[in-house]
Amino acid sequence: MEPRALRPPRLPGLLAALALLLAAQGPRASAARGPALWPLPLSVQTAPRVLHLSPDAFHIANDPLSQAGASCTLLQEAFRRYQNYIFGGPVLKHLPAKSRVKADVQQLLVSVVLDSECEMYPSITSDESYSLVVKEPVAFLKANRVWGVLRGLETFSQLVYQDTYGTYTVNESTITDSPRFPHRGILIDTARHFLPVKSILKTLDAMAFNKFNVLHWHIVDDQSFPYQSTTFPELSNKGSYSKSHVYTPNEVRSVIEYARLRGIRIIPEFDSPGHTQSWGKGQENLLTPCYGGHQPEISGPINPTLNTTYSFLCKLFKEISWVFPDQFIHLGGDEVEFECWESNPNIQKFMKQKGFGTDFRQLESFYMQKLLNIISTLKKGSIVWQEVFDNHVKLQQGTVVQVWKEEMYTNDLSAVTAAGFPVILSAPWYLDRISYGQDWRIYYAVEPLDFSGTQEQKKLVLGGEACLWGEYVDSTNLSPRLWPRASAIGERLWSGKEVRSLDDAYKRLTAHRCRMVRRGIAAEPLFTGYCDNVLK
Amino acid sequence: MAGAKLWLLLLLAGAFAGPAAALWPWPQYIQTSDWHYTISPHSFQFKYHVRSAAQSGCSVLDEAFQRYRDLLFGAESWQRPALTVYTVLAGEQHTSEKDSLVILVVTPGCDQLPSLESVENYTLTINNEQCFLLSETVWGALRGLETFSQLVWRSPEGTFFINKTEIEDFPRFPHRGLLLDTSRHYLPLHSILDTLDVMAYNKFNVFHWHLVDDSSFPYESFTFPELTRKGSYNPATHIYTAQDVKEVIEYARLRGIRVLAEFDTPGHTLSWGRGVSGLLTPCYSGSQPSGTFGPVNPILNSTYEFMNTFFLEVNSVFPDFYLHLGGDEVDFACWKSNPDVQAFMKKKGFGNDFKQLESFYIQTLLDIVSAYGKGYVVWQEVFDNKVKVLPDTIIQVWREEVPVSYLKELALITEAGFRALLSAPWYLNRISYGPDWEDFYRVDPLSFEGGPEQKALVIGGEACMWGEYVDSTNLVPRLWPRAGAVAERLWSNKVVTDPDFAFKRLAHFRCELLRRGVQAQPLSVGYCEQEFEQT
Repeated sequence: MEPRALRPPRLPGLLAALALLLAAQGPRASAARGPALWPLPLSVQTAPRVLHLSPDAFHIANDPLSQAGASCTLLQEAFRRYQNYIFGGPVLKHLPAKSRVKADVQQLLVSVVLDSECEMYPSITSDESYSLVVKEPVAFLKANRVWGVLRGLETFSQLVYQDTYGTYTVNESTITDSPRFPHRGILIDTARHFLPVKSILKTLDAMAFNKFNVLHWHIVDDQSFPYQSTTFPELSNKGSYSKSHVYTPNEVRSVIEYARLRGIRIIPEFDSPGHTQSWGKGQENLLTPCYGGHQPEISGPINPTLNTTYSFLCKLFKEISWVFPDQFIHLGGDEVEFECWESNPNIQKFMKQKGFGTDFRQLESFYMQKLLNIISTLKKGSIVWQEVFDNHVKLQQGTVVQVWKEEMYTNDLSAVTAAGFPVILSAPWYLDRISYGQDWRIYYAVEPLDFSGTQEQKKLVLGGEACLWGEYVDSTNLSPRLWPRASAIGERLWSGKEVRSLDDAYKRLTAHRCRMVRRGIAAEPLFTGYCDNVLK
Repeated sequence: MAGAKLWLLLLLAGAFAGPAAALWPWPQYIQTSDWHYTISPHSFQFKYHVRSAAQSGCSVLDEAFQRYRDLLFGAESWQRPALTVYTVLAGEQHTSEKDSLVILVVTPGCDQLPSLESVENYTLTINNEQCFLLSETVWGALRGLETFSQLVWRSPEGTFFINKTEIEDFPRFPHRGLLLDTSRHYLPLHSILDTLDVMAYNKFNVFHWHLVDDSSFPYESFTFPELTRKGSYNPATHIYTAQDVKEVIEYARLRGIRVLAEFDTPGHTLSWGRGVSGLLTPCYSGSQPSGTFGPVNPILNSTYEFMNTFFLEVNSVFPDFYLHLGGDEVDFACWKSNPDVQAFMKKKGFGNDFKQLESFYIQTLLDIVSAYGKGYVVWQEVFDNKVKVLPDTIIQVWREEVPVSYLKELALITEAGFRALLSAPWYLNRISYGPDWEDFYRVDPLSFEGGPEQKALVIGGEACMWGEYVDSTNLVPRLWPRAGAVAERLWSNKVVTDPDFAFKRLAHFRCELLRRGVQAQPLSVGYCEQEFEQT
């Protein structure tokens, strides 16, 4: 009864062919048994030789030669996690009672070659490369830093599968791997809807399964201010949805540490001067009073003409700079509406005094430049939405521009990189915009370097981010809306440029989503079919 | 005159759509004031009136009392610690305590099943004298209990209240359904049971169970066990046993919900073919069988013998008077390719008109099913293809534009004297960005051209959640509260259409769903006191 008649126009030919293929296969449209790597590593050599593992006779340990020892809890915890992920599947029935499996691979020995960085935070320059040799009786994982170990453990766990008898199985193989782009992010929005910390931690788990390494935390916006500031407690006291809809300093710390243990950076975004309605509730005179409307109480963007604004920002961002250890802070700067500024006589006066005429973009630039200066005195780098660049704000070298406007985003990439600024791509990857069918294919088909520019320009593309804005998303639907759709972007940003086959991706991603479900992530199906064990 | 009174009451209620008047779906008649009474969770009881035809021991109501007690006062579900009723200010004159809701059911019948004819009317009176729920049947009492549970609210201090209220309520349509598809993806039993709970919160009363399809055959048949053994995704885990099916039917019954089972033929049957050889039509490529199969083979006696036996079982397993026989989207290409089918066509004098062959099959099947004393529902193609069906057949409209707009289709079906069900504008599996519930809500099933006797033939509608892209990972947030929009359209008066009024109540209702543990997704920006926490 599903409208076959409606389907063809919506589905590209490939998909129709796929539907036919699945129909022909009939009920057995499950993920085939075997390893399903996602994202696909740089180089995989798999031998036909099959080795067995036994849950009681396998463990992950530090190689005696490793630069990271038992004191590196980051690795110890990762070993424990992956032991569970590898063997945490259901015990398949019909297992011959006495079939004690000979354990061919008894150990995965992990070796960090250089200074481990075990106690550090991951950064844009972190080395995530690793190599993996799976053979009898010991498998080896080698990486320069702990970050590469984390990625390698994920890959190793993906190599292991249960054969039809339920035996844990891995092929003899050799893998060398490193990411194509250093910035592979997910944006979550905790202002339109509050997300409980648990949801954020779950998201970090799933990010690690997909080798994402940046959580862009759009923490506040017009609707609410859940970030509990120690310097300005009134911001969340008055600006959050309720007293229970806040992130305490402890909770923020726990998110940052949880992310660090998975090799994920937390980049906080405090978007201004627009998108700040909720700031105004707890900070008097911060927002611009709008004039002339019927409702006198309305206020607009942050008031860029007052000294008090900048002393407030100075203190707030000082706090942010030590609460969030990452080298970068996202300053927003998008979608500033000028009507309110235009309506305000004091602002008009200021404009005249500064010689801005009626060009409010100059006022916006004035504000952004002061803010960017504050951030650089705090020894942090800045990321801004593309409007800041589009409106010709003078940017310091190294300021990162995030491209989000979908129309002509390739032109935007050209322009930003031609001006010498590093860039992050998000425009084609707004996951909050949903539609019927397999939209992951559209995300997957994007090629971030497909714009006109020199080799030097292409090098300025740091990566991209999948954005899940929160207007229609909260903890009830976050996971199935994010996964496995974001996984398509995860592979696009990690794997080689030539990894683009949709058919192959479909097969691997189907298996990968079942793996995520097994690991407790409510990842939605790609299409008709089933997983060996359904989410309970 | 009734209309004028209704408008007045609606406006009144709209004026204070606070916690006390955020009902979903909106009742037919309601009068409420801000005069309120306290309710003590410790002493509150549901009680049978001495003259009630249903008394203690009536499983439907006994269990409902327990459910609603838990929903109202369950220790976990209200966030703040409850203060006792005694903390209410002594000077507050509005309050007096209500310690019970008294239920009077007029007609006996606790052990029956709900049916298309079940009367769901109830009146609910909360005033100084009484706290009273009156209904014709236990099914009406269930609807009234749900309304009562939505009327109770809680102050920030933790005291429970109910406002002085008078409600007279009944459904606009008798068939208010939700379709789940357990073939494209298997849904675990608990997903189905949980859905039945939320259906009851929305006053849905039909669970249309699209059990099997091309993709898989999870229904465990005891007559033909091979159907499941070979046709399910996994015969150990991805099936519904006889016990599971019984449990679903009883769970639904206790909530006043009918289970309408669909066994769709002759198309959509690939999974049947794995367990029953010779059932499907072998497709030909040139003069050779291609190895693939098409719809059920309509030219063999063995086909009808199989159907006879199979539907005998289905008839005994599913007690509802109606069965859904599908009949949609029959692809003629395979039949056309098969020389035996061609020969049969010639013999029967069907020429090249495969619709006649389809009709032949459907008519034979309908005869089988009606011989078992069942009524049936079919998808609209059966009507479109001019299959001769019994006059009491129910036709379900699912195509939005083709061959005609769904409103035109309703007009045609009812003009021909058949009863109709509407689903076309309510395909919840089709998602888009933003508040699409408004589109579902805006539909009026009777806005087609036709006389009153035609309108009377529209018995309701169904929200459909097809399973191509839906399984237990995303079912709940995709269903709720979007299906709620359809629920209100089918229950409430046709004049209840104001989208702002609906938005306020639906947003409130979705927070109530969260409080009840349902993973219902947000309508817009905002928050609920209690957010959904992953376990």
